[in-house]
Amino acid sequence: MRSNTKLQPETASQTAGPYVHIGLAPQAAGFDIYDVASGADIAGPDAKGDRIRVEGTVWDGDGVPVKDVLIETWQANADGVFAGQGAVEAGFRGWGRIVSDFDTGEWGFDTVIPGPVAGQAPHVSLWIVARGINIGLHTRLYFADDPSDPVLSALDPAARATLIATETAPGLYRFDIHLQGARETVFFDV
Amino acid sequence: MTSQLYPRDWSRQPPADTPDYLTTRARSPKRKLIALADTALHTTGPIFNNDDLGSDDWDLLTNFAAPGETAIGPRLLIHGRVLDENGRAVPGTLVECWQANAGGRYRHKVDTYLAPIDPNFGGCGRTLTDAEGRYRFRTVQPGPYPWPNGPNTWRPAHIHFSVFGHAFAQRLITQCYFEGDPFIPLCAIVKAIPSAEAVDGLTAKLDMAATIPHDTVAYRFDIVLRGRSATFFENKPEGS
Repeated sequence: MRSNTKLQPETASQTAGPYVHIGLAPQAAGFDIYDVASGADIAGPDAKGDRIRVEGTVWDGDGVPVKDVLIETWQANADGVFAGQGAVEAGFRGWGRIVSDFDTGEWGFDTVIPGPVAGQAPHVSLWIVARGINIGLHTRLYFADDPSDPVLSALDPAARATLIATETAPGLYRFDIHLQGARETVFFDV
Repeated sequence: MTSQLYPRDWSRQPPADTPDYLTTRARSPKRKLIALADTALHTTGPIFNNDDLGSDDWDLLTNFAAPGETAIGPRLLIHGRVLDENGRAVPGTLVECWQANAGGRYRHKVDTYLAPIDPNFGGCGRTLTDAEGRYRFRTVQPGPYPWPNGPNTWRPAHIHFSVFGHAFAQRLITQCYFEGDPFIPLCAIVKAIPSAEAVDGLTAKLDMAATIPHDTVAYRFDIVLRGRSATFFENKPEGS
């Protein structure tokens, strides 16, 4: 048994900037270049579990939608297994890349509800980058409050509420993210 | 076996609110980040393979050009290794890049800078690192350009990089600058970084050994992702 040794520091982050779509979602930037788009299909056609759609907006401190945001999602499958960690359905990646509408700031993604992982309630991890965000923001989307979840239960009720999506119609969830203000979303140091 | 990444060293990372970079004012969370010891984010992350990529995605000089044409500008090879804080190579990970063209213009519907679009330049590339963590992109030297952060503010020439690593908590987006660029110390986005050493780490160095004579200038840019702090058994490799 031995310890690893830290030999060099992590590279500094810089903002993804307003043109992040060129690199990560060129169709959103306005051109076709890659034959295979990345991150459009999170669960694949054969995934088990409940099919859902999540929609939301990221709001800045002035109450203005962040219209150039890019969000990546990471989740387990309905059995609570991550792709690469164990057997998952063919085509299940568990990773998504979502771009907001440049006119409205609205975004959405289709997936399945993940299973619980390691004693934690079902949730999707989100990573948010945009112009004006110096280092990507990590947060979580839960589908319901759950006092048995160790992350939720460590937060006060108001903070906890920022992590819970609202089911507005069967299979349709709303998740607004607030970068500042009274309803500032909980962001994590992961 | 636990396998946690080193905690992020925030002394080398830009804080959320950097008032000289105006857009951060309304987009920076004000509350302290909540520490989250989520092993899954430290041990799992999306996996990419060659089926996700095209064979010329790495070559920005030609990947959007008409047959027989190339992008206009100084021919540039930007290359390096993706490593972790332990000094280990990060193989098989997706590296994506994007940049302005040689005139400082982005192929993006929101960029209206005076400099022209290059019809043969898309401005994005992607590749997987090899077994030693190496990546390379062939491209053109990007130009500096003005940006609306003040009455006369210019971005240094740069290439944006996006890297995954092997765990979602390693996810990183950054920008690579070029040594000697006088705009580097003037830029509010660069100055968001509180460490001069960390800024130097974002500055690609001329690499004469990799320069292709009579053809292409090479710059070297290494990327370091968070490494693992866990102890582990010698006969049980990390990740197993």
